[in-house]
Amino acid sequence: MKAQGLYDPTREHDACGVAFVARLDGGARHEVVSRSLDALERLEHRGAAGADAETGDGAGILVQLPHAFLAGQLDLPAPGGYGVAVCFLPEEQRRRTELEQLLEQTVAAEGQEVIGWRDVPVDVRQAGTTAQLHAPRIRQLFIRAGGEAASDRDAFERRLYVIRRRAERAAGADLVVPSCSSRTIVYKGMLTAPQLRRYFPDLDDERFASALALVHSRFSTNTFPSWELAHPYRMVAHNGEFNTLRGNANWMGARESQLASDLFGDDLAKVLPVVRPGGSDSATFDNVLELLVLAGRSLPHALMMMMPEAHRSGDLPPALEGFYAYHGCLIEPWDGPAALAFTDGRVIGATLDRNGLRPGRWLETTDGWVVLASEAGVFDVPPERVARKGRLQPGKLFLVDLEAGRIVPDAEAKARVAARQPYGDWFARGSVRLRDLPEREARPLGEPLRSLQLAFGYTQEDMKVMLAPLAANAEEAVGSMGNDTSLAVLSDRHPLLYSYFKQLFAQVTNPPIDSIREAVVMSVQTLVGSERNLLAESPEHARQLVIDNPILEDAQLESLRAVESDVFRAATIDTTWAVDEGPGGLERAVDRICAEADGALAAGANILVLSDRAVGPKRVPLPSLAATAAVHHHLVRAGTRLQAGLVVESGEPRSVQSVAVLIGYGAAAVNPYLMLATLDELVADGLLELSPADARARAVKAIGKGLLKAISKMGISTVPSYCGAQIFEAVGLSQELVDRWFTGTPSRIGGIGAHQLALDSLARHARAYPGERDAFLPVVGLYAWRSGGEHHQWNPETIALLQHAVRHGGFETYEQYSETVNAASARASTIRGLLRFRLAGDGGVPLDEVEPAAEIVKRFSTGAMSLGSLSREAHETLAVAMNRIGGRSNTGEGGEDPERFLDERRSKIKQVASGRFGVNIDYLTNADELQIKMAQGAKPGEGGQLPGHKVDSYIAGVRLTTPGVGLISPPPHHDIYSIEDLKQLIYDLRCANPGARVSVKLVAEVGVGTVAAGVAKANADHVLISGHDGGTGASPISSILHAGIPWEIGLAETQQTLVLNDLRSRIWVQTDGQLKTGRDVVIAALLGADEMGFATAPLIATGCVMMRACHLNTCPVGIATQDPELRERFRGRPEHVTRFFFFVAEEVRRLMAQLGVRRFEDLVGRVDLLEPDEAIARWQARGIDLSNVLRAPDAPTGTPLRRTCPQVSPLPGALDYDLIAAAREALEDAVPFEGTFALGNANRTVGGLLSHAVTKRHGRAGLPPGTIRIRLEGSAGQSFGAWLAPGIELTLVGEANDYAGKGLSGGVLAVRPSDAAAFAAEQSVIVGNTVLYGATSGRAFFRGLAGERFCVRNSGADAVVEGVGDHGCEYMTGGRVAVLGPTGRNFAAGMSGGVAYVLDDDATFASRCNTELVALDPLDEDDEAALLRLVSEHAARTSSAVAARLLAEWGDALTRFVKVMPHDFKRALAEAVSAGGVGFLTRETEAAA
Amino acid sequence: MGKLRGFMDHERRPAPERDPRARVGDFREFVGTLPVVGVREQAARCMECGVPFCHHGCPLGNLIPDWNDLVYRDRWRDAIDQLHRTNNFPELTGRLCPAPCEAACVLEINEGDAVSIKQIELAIVNRAWEEGWIAPQPSAVRTGRTVAVIGSGPAGLACAQQLARAGESVTVFERDEAAGGLVRFGVPEFKLEKRLIDRRVEQLAAEGVELVLGLDVGVDVHADELRERFDAVVVATGARVPRDLPVPGRELAGVHFAMDYLYDRARVVSGTAGGAISAAGLHVVVIGGGDTGADCVGHAHREGAASVTQIELLGEPPPSRPDELTPWPRWPMKLRTSYALAEGGARDFAISTTKLTGRGGRVEAIHWQRNAGEPPFELVAGTEESRPAGLVLLAMGFLGPEPELLAQLGIATDARGNAEATDYATPVEGVFAAGDARRGQSLVVWAIREGRDCAAAVRAWLDGSVGVKRRGSGVRNRLSGAQAPASGT
Repeated sequence: MKAQGLYDPTREHDACGVAFVARLDGGARHEVVSRSLDALERLEHRGAAGADAETGDGAGILVQLPHAFLAGQLDLPAPGGYGVAVCFLPEEQRRRTELEQLLEQTVAAEGQEVIGWRDVPVDVRQAGTTAQLHAPRIRQLFIRAGGEAASDRDAFERRLYVIRRRAERAAGADLVVPSCSSRTIVYKGMLTAPQLRRYFPDLDDERFASALALVHSRFSTNTFPSWELAHPYRMVAHNGEFNTLRGNANWMGARESQLASDLFGDDLAKVLPVVRPGGSDSATFDNVLELLVLAGRSLPHALMMMMPEAHRSGDLPPALEGFYAYHGCLIEPWDGPAALAFTDGRVIGATLDRNGLRPGRWLETTDGWVVLASEAGVFDVPPERVARKGRLQPGKLFLVDLEAGRIVPDAEAKARVAARQPYGDWFARGSVRLRDLPEREARPLGEPLRSLQLAFGYTQEDMKVMLAPLAANAEEAVGSMGNDTSLAVLSDRHPLLYSYFKQLFAQVTNPPIDSIREAVVMSVQTLVGSERNLLAESPEHARQLVIDNPILEDAQLESLRAVESDVFRAATIDTTWAVDEGPGGLERAVDRICAEADGALAAGANILVLSDRAVGPKRVPLPSLAATAAVHHHLVRAGTRLQAGLVVESGEPRSVQSVAVLIGYGAAAVNPYLMLATLDELVADGLLELSPADARARAVKAIGKGLLKAISKMGISTVPSYCGAQIFEAVGLSQELVDRWFTGTPSRIGGIGAHQLALDSLARHARAYPGERDAFLPVVGLYAWRSGGEHHQWNPETIALLQHAVRHGGFETYEQYSETVNAASARASTIRGLLRFRLAGDGGVPLDEVEPAAEIVKRFSTGAMSLGSLSREAHETLAVAMNRIGGRSNTGEGGEDPERFLDERRSKIKQVASGRFGVNIDYLTNADELQIKMAQGAKPGEGGQLPGHKVDSYIAGVRLTTPGVGLISPPPHHDIYSIEDLKQLIYDLRCANPGARVSVKLVAEVGVGTVAAGVAKANADHVLISGHDGGTGASPISSILHAGIPWEIGLAETQQTLVLNDLRSRIWVQTDGQLKTGRDVVIAALLGADEMGFATAPLIATGCVMMRACHLNTCPVGIATQDPELRERFRGRPEHVTRFFFFVAEEVRRLMAQLGVRRFEDLVGRVDLLEPDEAIARWQARGIDLSNVLRAPDAPTGTPLRRTCPQVSPLPGALDYDLIAAAREALEDAVPFEGTFALGNANRTVGGLLSHAVTKRHGRAGLPPGTIRIRLEGSAGQSFGAWLAPGIELTLVGEANDYAGKGLSGGVLAVRPSDAAAFAAEQSVIVGNTVLYGATSGRAFFRGLAGERFCVRNSGADAVVEGVGDHGCEYMTGGRVAVLGPTGRNFAAGMSGGVAYVLDDDATFASRCNTELVALDPLDEDDEAALLRLVSEHAARTSSAVAARLLAEWGDALTRFVKVMPHDFKRALAEAVSAGGVGFLTRETEAAA
Repeated sequence: MGKLRGFMDHERRPAPERDPRARVGDFREFVGTLPVVGVREQAARCMECGVPFCHHGCPLGNLIPDWNDLVYRDRWRDAIDQLHRTNNFPELTGRLCPAPCEAACVLEINEGDAVSIKQIELAIVNRAWEEGWIAPQPSAVRTGRTVAVIGSGPAGLACAQQLARAGESVTVFERDEAAGGLVRFGVPEFKLEKRLIDRRVEQLAAEGVELVLGLDVGVDVHADELRERFDAVVVATGARVPRDLPVPGRELAGVHFAMDYLYDRARVVSGTAGGAISAAGLHVVVIGGGDTGADCVGHAHREGAASVTQIELLGEPPPSRPDELTPWPRWPMKLRTSYALAEGGARDFAISTTKLTGRGGRVEAIHWQRNAGEPPFELVAGTEESRPAGLVLLAMGFLGPEPELLAQLGIATDARGNAEATDYATPVEGVFAAGDARRGQSLVVWAIREGRDCAAAVRAWLDGSVGVKRRGSGVRNRLSGAQAPASGT
């Protein structure tokens, strides 16, 4: 399907299950194929199907050429003497013949010989209807090696590659060649995992044999027919997503002009461009990897270049560190969550991204099998035959060398590659550090400071709200509430070009990163200089200038500018234009600048400084972003981009956003000279009590930190991979402008062009020259309302009118309010303001025939505002109001007081956010709706923090944490790194409460429609599309202003995508974001929303006056504060809120009457009732075009436009039903029950439904300890024991996958290997990643190793494990953890409560512990007692040998333990004890004690 | 930024006033400000609201949170600059404005808790004068264009100052003997010492504003002559036609309009003339419960009246803000007790004066009856009363501008008698109106706001049309040869 409206098929995401099976002896067997297919089928729950349940998103297999089988089909030379091109050809005869002839001619042209064609037999009935409709004709072309290729296998592979690329280029999109090799072959299609082997009968043939098989099952966010996008590709199968794809693809394009290879010679020209257009991120990666390998690098070498592991100096062997440093000069990292399985037919392996964001478990058997898969349990093998087990680790290679017949350890494989050349020496000799260059004097400002500030549009707010805090705190300023100002394109205030760009962020399909707590993976270091031929390596490749921080101070820039050697030469290009030239001068200046850049490169420059220092009375500066992006894309197009790095010297940038956009569009470094000079002024004025040098250093640091946050929002961890990655969406720029300067950036509502940009620059310049004496900077009022300043939808007038309306003024006053809001929004502010209704020609319908307001209000809910951000009074007022009108209120991310569960104060929507505060089985069981918050409008891609002083005993009780201990919400849900994880969490929540509707909250950005489609396919009932302008209790100001887009675009995209996929019928769609009036509601409905959420407006009804002090705890009206004195000031009453909603509904009714629509549901999706309001001239002048937003999707007539039917429940068949049935007496009468059951990895969330049943009947106290004891045998699926309720004990003999013990709520878990196991338990992985995430109470014992992020955000469970991966105990706030073995890096990051005891045998633990928040202490008596209890129970429940050894020599063992104790927690406990309390842990554990 | 929790740490403290018993013995100002530390504490109470309702409540759009913050951080010099950005004469508003900003302050949601903005404003401007920070700001450029401003009240002066600072040549015409209009003559010395006006007028003069005193345009010189002589004319003559009391006995001696009394007293206090109307030893009745009435009461105290009574036609408002009628942040219609009543005297509400009687043509008694307290003010039977009254002052508001000059200029008036001047331009080419003459009787802040906006409108108009039409033409030559009108000083 082609792009239409806001839908663009290139934005689909995928994620998946991946596995491989191999024989160490290298012997080809059919069993390898069949067992790999078995494994694939066991991963089926990780894949997905679309509206047509039988059509899969894709499944495939890659194997060695099965010679015996193929030779049985036609006459073939010996293995190695021929290759097979698997071709997807069109069904249509004539075109197919053309393509076949093309292929044959190409084979001949490349000196090879066609042996013949084979039709691949397929059983079309096995595929789904949609898949059948788009199924290609699959034929295999057999090619005999000719010429030199006949004797050189690698040369033959290259020849086959050239044939494929030539044919693909000549044919275009309708020829797909999934594989073309003499070593491997791919079978794949738009199939589900079980369909694969039935569709291709070849796969069942006994002769179809291979020593290795790589299989993949795909989950795509949307299902537009594509057979091509199924995995495996030619060398890889991928689970994850490359966030930096746009930049990587751009840079790859820019590199092509310099590619040269002895092996390819002149053939190289035939294969360019390397990247096949229209491919996915995985396909693109495969394209580049394939080239690197065919050009002579080994597969591990190429992978290590493209996906370097994260490290700090000293972490790695010197040779390897040198390898990474050197290769950083050749190619930027491909960054993003990735479990990548790869093979070239001789080795097979897998690697994991730098932060370990995907799972991978492997095992080796004693009889020569090696299996790796996304989950454990896909390959049946008796325990006694398991030799070893392990998991993929962040940045590490898992490599099976079939020729050598063994697993090659990561260190060995990498050492071998790193030793190929003296890379470290090359780098050390070739590279130069900026700080080693001779120091230079900073340049003085050429113009008066005030004039420059005016010319660059500085405001008083910039100084006071942004810059002063930036330097004072070395942190970006924090604000609160939402952004209610005009879109930049609608503003009259000459906004800077930066503000037209909205930061993109990760949601669902990949995780944002916590740049603070997981700083180990982050890096801001950048390189400038000329890049050289990617396909070669030489000492000269390392000639790069290393810049530690991309924000340069003035003197640093001068050092750079003055560099002059045979290696580095800088050229400065003026980016101003003559005022006399008027607005036309801007575009001429861009042309000049690009020409000068060409000239400078020709003259040997490799550092281009784009400078607006020449600004003055007669010269006006270009927007620095326009200059930067225009030069970047010009050089990309010219193929010369890699000859130089771009450095921006500009007075304009002064915020995180400005620097982020400049780097995102190609700048390697930025010198914000005017910002730095302005800091001097702030110091001189006494606004900063710092020295000027300190102020500058702190501001530079703060912007660096902010930059990391901005890139981490998208899951990117290094600045080089962010550079040029264009992780932005433009809102309000014309397509023509975007195509020229910001090529590839989405911009979907049109907007201004260069002319208007020039006018804005000139207007700013005019203010500066001739300046009025002692001119003031304008106030503007962007952050806080100011009279005559930037328009704010919430202003003194609208706030006062609304409050009066709900208190005394009645509907009449409400109408004044809504007229004011609606008129103002039309005038100045929003996209909906630019629309008008197409009213019914016949005058509509009588008002009394329209659905009553009491029905309409049921569609309304209040936004997710946590108890904690809101006072108890305000939170309960909203809840009571919504219950009274039959709407829904939302707990927000802070839990709910159980006392509210059953009365009028309950929130029907219970939110599940990344912090999982207060999320236990009781909370979940008592919800009507469970909302998974993926992102928040005010700060998508970010987490949050509640400082300790706000966590009073009530808040701590509700959140199940400790009073006085600060709480951190991580940026990602650590159990959602991709779409199939979301599907799993939805499944978990359904188990925890089968009656609740499950909702997923997303924030509008480009591609949100495809994510929403994924959400629908992941079985959610409800999706919320939030606008960028939603509120917050505290966010960095750049996030409030610059991340996300208006809901109108996001909602329209969602509606269009869901309808086109025919997924709309099964999911409710809600929208929110600054909704204020009935008109807003009707527009939202027409654009596709069934329901609407409101947050600020009802708060205002209860008395909020938009203080924007929520983050300060000083709310003077008692709403956003926990201060008891201020809370007394709260005057809101539920009636205020109910009146507001009834007024809104009444306004909706009146509009419905005019539109001639009687029932609200008939409004949903009726975009035909909207049109652009042509009466609003100003925005038309700015080129806005809303036709994409108002596009009705081309779906068959009758395709539902609203939710009409429920999702199919995934629960039937769950093991828990058997458990519940067996334990009926225990459930009903607490009669003890014991039982044994078998399970497999398809049995997910075991214990969830059972826990729900216990809680439903017995409440939060559950059953008495040990009432239900269940023994399970086998490999448990994901989320084993999730939210296990008190009184249940699960003992698993076997192993468990990711998310075991998620949200543990009082039950007891034990996992141990079979007694028969041949492997050493303490050296083998027993549970997966992210175990005990958000556990609140209970105990867990794991005999063996756990993966990454063990006990992340645990707030009260006790656990014992024999070793953990990276980030153990991250964000933990309570509970006790004993680690009886090795730990990975970054232990205790963000840990603010609880205690961990770590067995530190070799006294190296300190180096792997993140001690920002914690101290390492010896154990005291209480600790020793607690540890003894834990270890003894561990021994008893798991028969742990480690525990037995420790207990045998306990006195000695104790000395080897280290206690990890957060400072905050220690202090809070001391305070609690001195106050006479027990001083320990949460209300729950206290109650249990 | 402000001080976090400043509003909780510090209580509102009003501006200190001299003891009422002592102050009635002289004519010096009686309202001061707290010492610097105290003012800074008061400024620290400002919360720098995301939506500063004070700033919206202020007709001038004063950047209140911004200068509050500067005062809190002891940056007074920056504070006066910030204050002057929107307000030409903070020494007037800091004394005379009823402070709708404080009524709209977010802290005023808890009634009586507002930041004492007015006091802070006064402290800033007082200090600025003391420190010598307020200096003339003559324009570096001269446009050569000429503007006449008729009336030297706050609107006229603000307009003149804005124009002069932009390089226009401005002449202000004032019919009285000194500049200031109502602020000089209608406001008692003890509320605003006149030296403050003199000082500000000096600044204007140093900025090039020419002031012509004692010349009544429309009487002494025909308005057309001004139109002829100047590129633009601004009418800022105020709204000085008082509302009369049509009851029997109105014609008796001893019954005066309040403004006549106040003007007379002002001249007496300044020692220039006056003394025609005196309250000394008399029973004084002030009809009208507003600020003008209060000023009459204050003067009467200082003159040694036998008794002072202030009566109001409307009923007694509620003691605290009536949320259903005038909710925050609107100006609350509630009971306020003026400074003058704190000094003595009585007041009563819902009183309809029925007649005045006297002997020998001089008033001796006032007769009234209670009414229902709201329109149409039905009289309550059986409530007739009489009181002795030697001086009756009518302080019942103003009807609008004096019509003669407007008629001469050919400016139409609206339904309320105000000059019709949408966006300050009257229908007569080149003639503008501002202040009370345009909007009717109002607050000093509105006068300044009107003066400033009118100046902007005049400049825009000059830029758009006169620049082409007249500048450099013979008109200016003729003017340069013309005799300047006589000065009245």
